[in-house]
Amino acid sequence: MNFSIAVMQAFDGLSLFSVLLLMALGLAIIFGLMGVINMAHGELMTLGAYMTYLTASGFEKYAPNLMGIYILVAIPVAFLASFALGYALERLFVQWFYRRPLDTLLATWGLSLILQQAYRTIFGSGEVSVPLPSWLNGPWNLNSTIQIPLNRVFIIALAAGVTLGVYVLLNRTRSGLRIRAVTQNRAMSAAVGINTRKVDALTFALGSGLAGIAGCVFTMIGSTNPGTGQLYIVNAFIVVVFGGVQSLMGTVLSAFSIAQSQSWLEYFMSGSMAKMTMLAIVIVVLYFKPSGLFTTRVRS
Amino acid sequence: MFEVSGLDVYYGESYIIRNVSLSLPEKGTLAVMGRNGMGKTTLLKALIGMLPARSGSIRLGGVDLTRLASYARVKAGVAFVPQGRMIFPMLNVQENIMTGLEYSSSKSIPSYIYRFFPVLQEMKGRRGGNLSGGQQQMLAIARALVTDPKVLILDEPTEGIQPSIIKEIARTLNDLKRELGFSILVSEQVLSFAMEVADQFIVLDRGRIVHEEAKESLNIQRVKSFLTV
Repeated sequence: MNFSIAVMQAFDGLSLFSVLLLMALGLAIIFGLMGVINMAHGELMTLGAYMTYLTASGFEKYAPNLMGIYILVAIPVAFLASFALGYALERLFVQWFYRRPLDTLLATWGLSLILQQAYRTIFGSGEVSVPLPSWLNGPWNLNSTIQIPLNRVFIIALAAGVTLGVYVLLNRTRSGLRIRAVTQNRAMSAAVGINTRKVDALTFALGSGLAGIAGCVFTMIGSTNPGTGQLYIVNAFIVVVFGGVQSLMGTVLSAFSIAQSQSWLEYFMSGSMAKMTMLAIVIVVLYFKPSGLFTTRVRS
Repeated sequence: MFEVSGLDVYYGESYIIRNVSLSLPEKGTLAVMGRNGMGKTTLLKALIGMLPARSGSIRLGGVDLTRLASYARVKAGVAFVPQGRMIFPMLNVQENIMTGLEYSSSKSIPSYIYRFFPVLQEMKGRRGGNLSGGQQQMLAIARALVTDPKVLILDEPTEGIQPSIIKEIARTLNDLKRELGFSILVSEQVLSFAMEVADQFIVLDRGRIVHEEAKESLNIQRVKSFLTV
């Protein structure tokens, strides 16, 4: 293996890392922090993807000369749409299941089927895709042998920005403090004066909004159909569980190790063998460390 | 000022608190005594709203709290230090205290907290879960105090804490009360601690008030007989 191939492999891993991270961040908040098993999380990503498609179609029709920047508008649109749907879902649906994890699993799975059918009815069952803005098209030639796709660079930067934003929100703001308190002890948080119902709804909505951003990004690497979310949800759960729930840093490190190992394994074996090896490693690790790789321990 | 009348509380299907009425004047301290399983924790949880009242009423300065959620009761002026402290283990000491600042005008920790609990300032950056039992108890009290309560409710604050610290907590509570002017409602099994802080006593037995006395006229032997098995 020469130097150029090594750089491109590492970059490939980095790029997969940023995709996994974007997928897992929303789930890390909803499943990791709140403990809600949301099987419809994938459909929230799909919503983000469809919102991006709608934004792109809108730009194409009404402002074709601004097509270059539609993606910058689509990101907040996808976030807000999924945020709003997440907020409504929490208020009308999920909040009734907080103490019943198994029922949540079934109920949100049903919800996921309903949403898929809704997408099929609204957008049709075929694939839709959006054109990549010209400035994200093509490779960035570092030298004659190292070529790095520009859209992947954009995704990496976006993942870094979103992760930083979530970190600052959770650890440096009053809202973040409320979220961390409520997710550790809901009853006690209410007894120190925190409006837990509002915090629950906003936390769930935030996780959903992040899923929307992930969905937006997926339009840059593949097409969208009503079942797209199902492709991503399993990976997102693996990343969160492997990293250890309740820890954002764990999610980041877990996404990084899974992505890098998979990308390097793919170089030495076929894609599906690499995937299988990766899953086997995850299972072995979880057998010995059931609470995940990166957990914070305290005395009580 | 803080008035509870005819309170009935169920824990699941079991009828625990039976027709309890009590009254706590401004700057007064009421101790709820009773053995394990007599309903002290259930009563206090119902007062802060962690358990619903089946019937009866809870009022603070004329405001009816009976149907309000916990956080609305905190806003109205009730603060709670639960049994087992229940501090947030993954938040550091400073963040734990700050969770109580939801309704206060200032968003920073008032200076008297560190004056009364200097150990909390030393441990500012340490995770709550890594503190000793006594330190966690002080942290839980500090977290409740920053909500500016009119009534501070403490559930067995001496449980699992070494005797020298128990004395210190009693002294600090009395000083804090004098300076900030709130009332205290405390459940206890340790009579010496209750004697140090309270001026009114009630004894709970199987969910009913069976004895009620002011400190001056308190028959210690009588109360002790309720506390021993």
